[in-house]
Amino acid sequence: MKQLLAFVRKEFYHVFRDRKTLLILFGMPVVQIILFGFALNSEVKNIGITILDNAHDVQSEQIIAKINSSPYFKVRQPALNYKDIEHRFKEGGIKCALLFPVNFGSALYKTGGAQVQIIADASDPNTATTLTNYLTAIIGNYQQELNPAAKPAYQIIPEVRMLYNEEQNGSLNFIPGVIALIFMIVSTALTSVAVVREKELGTMEILLVSPFRPIMVLIAKAVPYLVLSLINFIIILLLSVYLLDVQIKGSIILIFAESILFIITCLSLGLLISNITTSQQTAMLVSMMGMMLPTMLLTGFMFPLENMPKVFQIISYILPSKYYYSIIKSVMLKGLGFSYVWKETLVLAGMAAGLLTLALKNFKIRLS
Amino acid sequence: MSSVRVKNIIKTYGEVKAVDNVSFEVQKGELFGLIGPDGAGKTSIFRILTTLLLADSGTATVDGYDVVKDYQAIRNRVGYMPGRFSLYQDLTVKENLTFFATVFGTSIEENYALIKDIYEQIRPFNNRRAGKLSGGMKQKLALCCALIHKPAILFLDEPTTGVDVVSRKEFWDMLNQLKKQGITIVVSTPYMDEAMLCDRIALIQNGSIMSINTPDHIVQSFPKPLFAAKADNIYRLLQDLRADTEVESCYAFGEYLHLTLRVKDGNEHTISAIAAKYNPGGFEVKRIAPAIEDCFIELMGNE
Repeated sequence: MKQLLAFVRKEFYHVFRDRKTLLILFGMPVVQIILFGFALNSEVKNIGITILDNAHDVQSEQIIAKINSSPYFKVRQPALNYKDIEHRFKEGGIKCALLFPVNFGSALYKTGGAQVQIIADASDPNTATTLTNYLTAIIGNYQQELNPAAKPAYQIIPEVRMLYNEEQNGSLNFIPGVIALIFMIVSTALTSVAVVREKELGTMEILLVSPFRPIMVLIAKAVPYLVLSLINFIIILLLSVYLLDVQIKGSIILIFAESILFIITCLSLGLLISNITTSQQTAMLVSMMGMMLPTMLLTGFMFPLENMPKVFQIISYILPSKYYYSIIKSVMLKGLGFSYVWKETLVLAGMAAGLLTLALKNFKIRLS
Repeated sequence: MSSVRVKNIIKTYGEVKAVDNVSFEVQKGELFGLIGPDGAGKTSIFRILTTLLLADSGTATVDGYDVVKDYQAIRNRVGYMPGRFSLYQDLTVKENLTFFATVFGTSIEENYALIKDIYEQIRPFNNRRAGKLSGGMKQKLALCCALIHKPAILFLDEPTTGVDVVSRKEFWDMLNQLKKQGITIVVSTPYMDEAMLCDRIALIQNGSIMSINTPDHIVQSFPKPLFAAKADNIYRLLQDLRADTEVESCYAFGEYLHLTLRVKDGNEHTISAIAAKYNPGGFEVKRIAPAIEDCFIELMGNE
C-alpha cells in the first residue's frame, strides 16, 4: 500500500512538473467548452439579414421592425439593389435577405395578396431552413395582426413544445458530448502516454526489476488521472452551469458515479494502448486518431447517428462514449433516474472490465 | 557457492547472434567484470540475468533462482543499473531515492549505512532535478537507487560510460567498498583499464566469451614478449612494421606502437634490426608488460 502511495505521488509530480501535460489537462476543457459554447454554435441568434425594400411603405416598414425586434435576426445595412444582395452574401455579413416589391403595400390591400422574396444562404442547409422558417413565421404573424377578425372557419393551431430544452439552448446537446470527449483525451491519451514514457526513458527497465507487480503499476498510473479527470469534470460542470446556463436536472451523485465508470473505461483503454505501443508518439496517435475522432463523429452529439450509413452506426456500438453520452443526456438533461440508464451502465461496466483485463494480460513483464 | 551461474546461453535478434553460447559463474562476494566493446553482447547478458529478456536456449540462475521460472524472486533481491541513465529526470535527487526505496519496501534510513559514502557526495544536490545533474552525479544517484534495498547481487551495465576520469576512479573505489560488505557485483565496461580493478573478468567479443580468468592470469598468459616502439613519424612506422613479414601484430597505443614478433625469442635488438630496414628517425623500443587491451587484441586475432 505504501508502495502504491509513493508511486501515485510520483505520478502527480510528473504531471505537475510538465507544463505541456498541465496545459492539455486543464486548458483544453476550458477552451473546448468555450469553443463549443460560443463559437461552434448551431443556435440561430442575431443572424445578419439585409433588406431590399423597394416599397418603402408602412407595411414593409412594420415587417422590418418586427424582424429587427426578434432575437433571431439583426437587420444590417439595407441593400441598394438586387446585385448588391449577392455582393453582401459573398462578403459574409448576412445569411439571408428579404425583398419587398415596389408596390408591396398597395398590392396587399388592393388585390388582397402580395409577395415577398426570401433568399437564404443554403451552404449550411440546416441553418438556412431554420432561418426561412423563422422569417415565414414572423410574416405570418404580421398577417394575422392585420386582420384579426378574418380567421378561417376551421383552424388547427399546433402548439409546439421543445421538451427538455425549452429555450433551445444548444449547449445542452453538446455538453455531455464534450465531457465524453475530454475524458477520452485526458484519461485515454494521457494515461497511455504516461506508461509509454516509462518505457521510452528506460525507467520501466528498473521498475520491472523490482518487487512491484504489474497490476500495481497499472493502478498507480490510473489513479492520478482518475483524480485529475474528476477535477476536470467539476470544472466543466461549473462552466456549463454558470457560463452556458445549463441546468442539471438529474441526481448529481448518479452523474458522478456514471462519470467515474466512464473514466475507468477510458483509463483501461489508455492502459491497453500503452501496453501495446512502444513510443509516446504512437500512443498519442492511436488514442487521438483511434479514439478521439470516432468519439467526436460517432457519438451522436455533433451529427445525428440515425442519418449515418449502417456501417458507422454499427461501429458506434463499440464506442464507450456513445453509451456515456446517452446516460449523461438522460440524467443531466432529462432528470431520469438509474432505472432508465441501467442498460447503458451495464454495457459500460462490461467494457471497463474487459479492457482492464486485456490491459493486464498485455502488460509485458519483460522487455520486448 | 555461486551467485550467478550461466550455462550455454544463446540469444539472437533476427539474424544477429547477440549472445553465442555463453557460460560463466560468479562467486559470492566477487567483483566480476564483463569486458568488451560496444555491441559485444554485454547488455543482452545483463538483461537475461535480470529477467528482462528470455534467452533462446541455455539456463541461468541468480542467487540460486532460475531466471525464467523464479523471475519474481530474482527481482526482489538484485540491484540493477541499466546502461542508459534511467531515473526520473523530473524528480529531484531525494525524490528519486525515496521513490525507489519505497518501491522496494524499505526506506532511506533503513539502509543508510550502505549508501552513506556515495550519498554524502550527492547530498548537497538533494533538491536538484536528476536531469540537471552532471554525468558522474547521475551515476552515483543511480547506484544509490540500485543499492537502497540492500541487494544480494548488483548488476551494473556500463556504469562508467560517459563519465569523466576522476568520477570513474571514485566509482570503482565505491564498488570495492561495496564488495567488502559482501555484495556480489557483476559489472560491464568497454574500458580495458577498468578490467584490472575486477576480481575476475570475462573478455567478450561478438557475443562469445574469449577468456575468463583473473586479470593477472589473463595478462600473464599473454603468449609472447610484447614490445613498445615509437619513432618521429609513427604512422609511417606502423605501416612499415605491419607490412613486415617478421612482425606478427602491430597496433597503435597512444604515442607507442605495441608489437609482437612471429619468433618466440625476439628481443629489443631484433625489433631495432627490423625497424632499421625502414630508417625511421628517432626510433625507440622497449619491452613492456602486456595490459588487458593487448590480451584482448591478441585473443581477437586468434578467433
